[in-house]
Amino acid sequence: MTAPTASFPVGPIVSVCGTTVVVRGDDIDTDRIIPARFLKCVTFEALGPAAFADDRAELAGDPAGPHPFDRPEHQGASILLVNRNFGCGSSREHAPQALMRWGIRAVVGESFAEIFYGNCLALGIPCFTASHDLMLAIQEAAAAHPSAVFSLDVAAASLEGSGCRWQLELAPGPRQTLASGQWDATGQLLANGTALEATAVRLPYLSGFPG
Amino acid sequence: MSAGTLYDKVWTLHQVAELPGGSTQLFIGLHLIHEVTSPQAFAGLRDLGLSVRHPERTVATVDHIVPTTSQARPFADPLAEEMLVTLERNCAEYGITLHGLGSGRQGIVHVIAPELGLTQPGMTVACGDSHTSTHGAFGAIAFGIGTSQVRDVLASQTLSMGKLKVRRIWVDGALQPGVYAKDLVLHIIRSLGVKGGVGYAYEFAGPAIEALSMEERMTLCNMAIEGGARCGYVNPDAITFAYLKGRPFAPSGEAWDRAVAWWSSLASGPDAVFDDTVRFDAASIAPTITWGITPGQGIGVDETVPTLEQTEPDERPLAEEAYRYMDLQPGSPIAGTPVDVCFIGSCTNGRLSDLQAAAAVAKGRHVAPGIKAFVVPGSEQVAAAAEAEGLDKLFTTAGFEWREPGCSMCLAMNPDRLEGRQISASSSNRNFKGRQGSASGRTLLMSPAMVAAAAINGKVSDVRELLASSAPL
Ligand code: SF4
Repeated sequence: MTAPTASFPVGPIVSVCGTTVVVRGDDIDTDRIIPARFLKCVTFEALGPAAFADDRAELAGDPAGPHPFDRPEHQGASILLVNRNFGCGSSREHAPQALMRWGIRAVVGESFAEIFYGNCLALGIPCFTASHDLMLAIQEAAAAHPSAVFSLDVAAASLEGSGCRWQLELAPGPRQTLASGQWDATGQLLANGTALEATAVRLPYLSGFPG
Repeated sequence: MSAGTLYDKVWTLHQVAELPGGSTQLFIGLHLIHEVTSPQAFAGLRDLGLSVRHPERTVATVDHIVPTTSQARPFADPLAEEMLVTLERNCAEYGITLHGLGSGRQGIVHVIAPELGLTQPGMTVACGDSHTSTHGAFGAIAFGIGTSQVRDVLASQTLSMGKLKVRRIWVDGALQPGVYAKDLVLHIIRSLGVKGGVGYAYEFAGPAIEALSMEERMTLCNMAIEGGARCGYVNPDAITFAYLKGRPFAPSGEAWDRAVAWWSSLASGPDAVFDDTVRFDAASIAPTITWGITPGQGIGVDETVPTLEQTEPDERPLAEEAYRYMDLQPGSPIAGTPVDVCFIGSCTNGRLSDLQAAAAVAKGRHVAPGIKAFVVPGSEQVAAAAEAEGLDKLFTTAGFEWREPGCSMCLAMNPDRLEGRQISASSSNRNFKGRQGSASGRTLLMSPAMVAAAAINGKVSDVRELLASSAPL
């Protein structure tokens, strides 16, 4: 299989369709998503297989079965279903990069750590939220139908699959920038050169604190 | 909605434009980079054919991957060497100042920027590192960013950001002897939770905060992110100005007085409006230590590991996971827990006053048999200042190793790491599973003085008892 770089998010993201993978637990930090030793790299390219490396190793021989990322039915999954405060801890973009390179294109959870959320958005990976009870229901339905294709509608912030439809939440800002393809901020940041210099001029510390 | 706070004033001043989707384009006054989160950002810049817009507003150092035993080049680890070479090449190519090994100014990015006077009140500070919140100690708005955002700052000196709410954390009273800023912040996170601060900037204020030194304020703001708050800050005051005066990149001459006047005008005024306020009493806080796998799972050193019944229902699955991983019994005292490794250092507690506090405990005593204990200064300047006071000799006489500056055993990107199920007493900031380099290694977070006490007794100990019988430093 060739590296799926071509299919990394580009342009407008109106929907995400694919099978699901459930990773349960609150406060799953970015050290767990990608342990620090994998940060010794100058490109993100090789990170995909290392997603959740230590958690996966820990569960490899577990009687309850391997980590969801190692189960055959979840290979190729693109929608990750999590719980509270997912992605807390280190700011490393290596975490969403590892998930993206493993195949994840959208995350649904009860809540996300801010830096992780922003990093995902910068890669074109929407993070939707749902209440605790709703999330448990979604995870249960997904776990019961591991081969079912689920589909996320960005504009409607809804998820459909296994014969059900759930209303999720996604702030209007990300909803708009994802759907319009403006989620990659760099171009817009560069467009405001005049306003930028006007801001710089009014910052006393940039001009030696003039009187 | 907050108004009139330092956060609001600094935010408004740095606003460049409103962006599609409702976020703000924010000017970044100081951009700090290091070897781990910058190489892909420079690669991204090249892919897009862009240059660095304000190379003079970006400053680099190397910290995460440096070995602390020998810093001779090339490093023994070729991957670490490649990362540093990449940073050196990128800085040279784009005209960015790099405070490298042996420059006298190298160290952990959050230690060197303040000590060089780069971090100043009223700035926006960004770095591809979550503990950038540290710089809020100066009354700056400072936050961690991801690598795509590092690329954006390099290209445009701005970021797309959403404004945070502001929570005032008001601390009355005074910290008791043997209780430090680390204990205060562990106590706050224990009370408000690791996600309590999501969506907020934390303003730390009140008599107990005003009494803190700059280094203590840095420890406090450093860990705001562990409470979920992307940035934390303290209003600038006379202590801030006294710290900055005379530092290499601080204003001098007539500009100094004008700078102080401007800095003073930024503090949250008496009519500032906060989104909410939480109060604490510093006098009631004991030396605090974590027993679990998040920085919020903390208790006083005189307490017992909480039982499930003592734990909020929605925190119970995490508590059960922590019992299993840490192998600690609910209901049993944390004091007396044997430790294997004792680490003093990191951007939380690797500054001179941290080493002095640990030295006051270590002086005239010796590390318990079988314990590996080591001290890693946060920067070359901290190392030099400590050595000038003879702290290196004091520590080595007491059985601690004295190392070269770097992030060391705070995370697993250099040779310093736990092995197997070892348990560490650590002055760093994260006790996540596997954080210190072994997938089953265990971490107890505490103040540097508490780490020294643990090293001396070979087990978790109340530092107040040791201090009561310490020789004067
Ligand atoms: S000391 Fe630890 S937390 Fe601080 S910058 Fe280094 S690795 Fe990050």
